Amino acid sequence: MSIFRFAVIQFPASNCDQDAVHAIRVLGHSADYVWHKEASLGNVDAVIIPGGFSYGDYLRTGAIARFSPVMQAVRRFAEDGGLVLGICNGFQILCEAGMLPGALIRNRSLQFRCEHVFLKTVTRDSPFTRSIPEGRLLKIPVAHGEGCYYADEPTLKRLASNGQILWKYCDASGQITDSANPNGSLLNIAGICSEARNVAGMMPHPERACESILGSEDGRMVFESMIDTLRLARTGAAA
Amino acid sequence: MKAKIIITPKKAVLDPQGKTVQNALAHLGYTDVTAVHVGKYIEIELASNTDPQRAREALDEACYKFLSNPIIEDYHLEIVP
Repeated sequence: MSIFRFAVIQFPASNCDQDAVHAIRVLGHSADYVWHKEASLGNVDAVIIPGGFSYGDYLRTGAIARFSPVMQAVRRFAEDGGLVLGICNGFQILCEAGMLPGALIRNRSLQFRCEHVFLKTVTRDSPFTRSIPEGRLLKIPVAHGEGCYYADEPTLKRLASNGQILWKYCDASGQITDSANPNGSLLNIAGICSEARNVAGMMPHPERACESILGSEDGRMVFESMIDTLRLARTGAAA
Repeated sequence: MKAKIIITPKKAVLDPQGKTVQNALAHLGYTDVTAVHVGKYIEIELASNTDPQRAREALDEACYKFLSNPIIEDYHLEIVP
């Protein structure tokens, strides 16, 4: 079995970096921290931008992290087709950097929401969802105060028609309802991908749901999708 | 010389903070309030010999690129002596 190397970016006040590294290692792959001042990612197969409160969330969530040296390397990696997953604060950073469309604003309720939610996978046509069985809901925790996804009407239409919406908040039976929406996100959006499909952001935390002792293993399917994508690319290149 | 920048949420964007402040004002008896928008104020100090026109151009770019997020916010920039 091929072992793939993940880079987990560390900003001052990242706090889900260790969870992300742990989750990747639990899945049998390699994960290393990359500090925000680094100008290079080294030789890695995929990048995770973890959750937290980078730079204290000063100015806006993710606004300052986007200008850090490592983000220039992440941008180049993505432009070359590399897989980049932003989780929670990582999603906010990718939006601020313009690598994903839209923005994440204060939750509709003004409350910090910390609970398990259900996600419906909207499309399996992405490196982040390909290995999630058809119709399978994901039970994954959210923990954020600013996760309300906003984009203007033309952007939302484009996201929908390009199949860039990867996950939506739903109830336990898979219905996409307003009461299942923890933050007021437009169209119940929980995660999206870029037009080229190799960059994704999601507010829920799959890295906190990779072991049964944590109450759910559903998060594995997100990382396994990435790993299966990398494996296919490697065997494809070797063939 | 100073730059004064006021950043406000765009009208189309949900502003739960503004709404909550409006509700609190109503509870306090300020019933004529029809809308509240909560934004932020940034004051930037500039060297006294700065050319105001160049400062405006540079900070206008900074507002667009960094100090505000044009997807969700509007800004007003003023240069004062």
